[in-house]
Amino acid sequence: MDVKDIIKPENIAYKKTDVLTDNIMHYCPGCTHGVIHKTIAEVIEEMDIQDKTIGVSPVGCSVLAYNYLDIDWQQAAHGRAPALATAAKRLMPEKYVFTYQGDGDLASIGTAEIMHACNRGENIVVFFVNNAIYGMTGGQMAPTTLVGQKTSTSPYGRDVELNGHPLRITELIAQLPGTSYVTRQSAETPGAVRKLKKAVRKAFENTAQRKGTSFVEIVGTCASGWKLSPVKSNEWMKENMFPYYPLGVMKDE
Amino acid sequence: MGELRLMKGNEVIAEAAIRVGVDGYFGYPITPQSEVLETLMARQPWEETGMVVLQAESEVAAINMVYGGASCGKKVMTSSSSPGMSLKMEGVTYLAGAELPCLLVNVVRGGPGLGTIQPAQSDYFQAVKGGGHGDYKLIVLAPNSVQEMHDFVGLGFDLSFKYLNPAMILTDGMIGQMMEKVELADFKPRWTEEEIVKMSGSWATTGKTADRDRNISTSLELQSEKQEVFNHKLQAKYESIQENEVRYEKFMCDDAEYLFVAYGSSSRICQKAVEIAREKGIKVGLLRPITLFPFPNKQINEMADQVKGILSVEMSAGQMVEDVKLAVNCRVPVEHYGRFGGMIPSPDEIVEALEQKIIGG
Repeated sequence: MDVKDIIKPENIAYKKTDVLTDNIMHYCPGCTHGVIHKTIAEVIEEMDIQDKTIGVSPVGCSVLAYNYLDIDWQQAAHGRAPALATAAKRLMPEKYVFTYQGDGDLASIGTAEIMHACNRGENIVVFFVNNAIYGMTGGQMAPTTLVGQKTSTSPYGRDVELNGHPLRITELIAQLPGTSYVTRQSAETPGAVRKLKKAVRKAFENTAQRKGTSFVEIVGTCASGWKLSPVKSNEWMKENMFPYYPLGVMKDE
Repeated sequence: MGELRLMKGNEVIAEAAIRVGVDGYFGYPITPQSEVLETLMARQPWEETGMVVLQAESEVAAINMVYGGASCGKKVMTSSSSPGMSLKMEGVTYLAGAELPCLLVNVVRGGPGLGTIQPAQSDYFQAVKGGGHGDYKLIVLAPNSVQEMHDFVGLGFDLSFKYLNPAMILTDGMIGQMMEKVELADFKPRWTEEEIVKMSGSWATTGKTADRDRNISTSLELQSEKQEVFNHKLQAKYESIQENEVRYEKFMCDDAEYLFVAYGSSSRICQKAVEIAREKGIKVGLLRPITLFPFPNKQINEMADQVKGILSVEMSAGQMVEDVKLAVNCRVPVEHYGRFGGMIPSPDEIVEALEQKIIGG
């Protein structure tokens, strides 16, 4: 049987969503961004909100997210995405507005913007991808870098005396009355991706109901920055990241 | 004739914003411009026109809210004073790089650093020469009355949308705080979403519909070859602005043998200095740049055919004087006279400076 005989509409079990473009992703092998992009794109397609969704991309590896999701995008300065999203949503209240930010962007340089956007209860979705390192700039220490973790700016491992403790910013965000839904997810197995997708959908639905800010952290890998293979990265994440950044819903109101 | 009122410069910025159909104002308190935000909050324009007014957590957040709103094709603005405007500069260069329209108002106070809350003109370089990083320019308007504070809100947005470039009203604590009679514009409705899509649909992030490609508001282009092409495009735009948008005013220049060049508050004081000097028999005129970028280079150069010397008067240590010198190109003597750190020159001391630095010099 020829392959052409198999690839027929009635035999297709899975199809790439049209909300994902055909551009080749620049992400490294083993990086979590691709799966997260796909998950968000699928939810946008399933909710039929492609023409109503505006994404705000950060500075970091996902700065070029606008090349991969076929929606309107604003590209923010480092850490400022929640400020852009605040204005976009308030000026176009009927749209769906989300930010997509890494841990350097959201938990370091952008702490003021994320705290205040969440505290005001802006009706936006925040996707926070935490891989405990600055990926784009070549593997420097992030606020979320674990104690003892080696990076190019903590070459002997993160030292609490020198650098303080890894920041669990999602736990802080969950304390703010402006947030309605705060969860920490991952995307390393099909099961985890299914859970993530439910969380993404819930977050978008919440903003339509004007419940306040929905905040979805995704613990991910940075194989290049961690200097591990994709498989080893997932193992390292489970052994080291999950105990300090436990998965699950922190708030659902 | 429109409605007449006695208003403060800062208050009229807020009133004009509502009247020209601004969609969003994002601000942060700082003296001497807090009345802009206070007036808007008291007026509650969201009840009237649907205008969004928000006190941001910082100047940094405010300018990035402007970026987010401008990206949606909306008429958005912010105001601040010198230290706050320094904080906004990151956002300003992103706005210029993304070719987004917006209005910025800087009610300048003396610096550097925290400086003073009294008026100054020491942010000329920041407004006109850059302030943020990269080769960009703002359209800079310099009002010298409360009426012009009002008028330049509308003009600033018109120019900003015409050229897809941020515009700035560069004023100071004197004009911001002083009260004058002002004729207010009639109310214009805010743009509808249909109007925005029709006018700015090629770039505004209003949601990607099936009939068009996605719009991306960005200043990023990693390929140097493309980044250079983009920079050429920006420079061509600035040349076009220089060619078409110069605004200036001449006062008693016809028979002038000497010339003051001054903008904003200083130009008001120089008008009086012209009268005092003429009573003494000194034929001096005043050329007031209304646009600081584009600068009236040609008009100042032409005056160099006529006058024996030029005194640039600024409430700074000498910033605009550099542009006056470039315009004159050494054809006649050009000197600077300034008070700074929040001090305001008197007309008499300006006349004295003219006598000492130009006539006797």
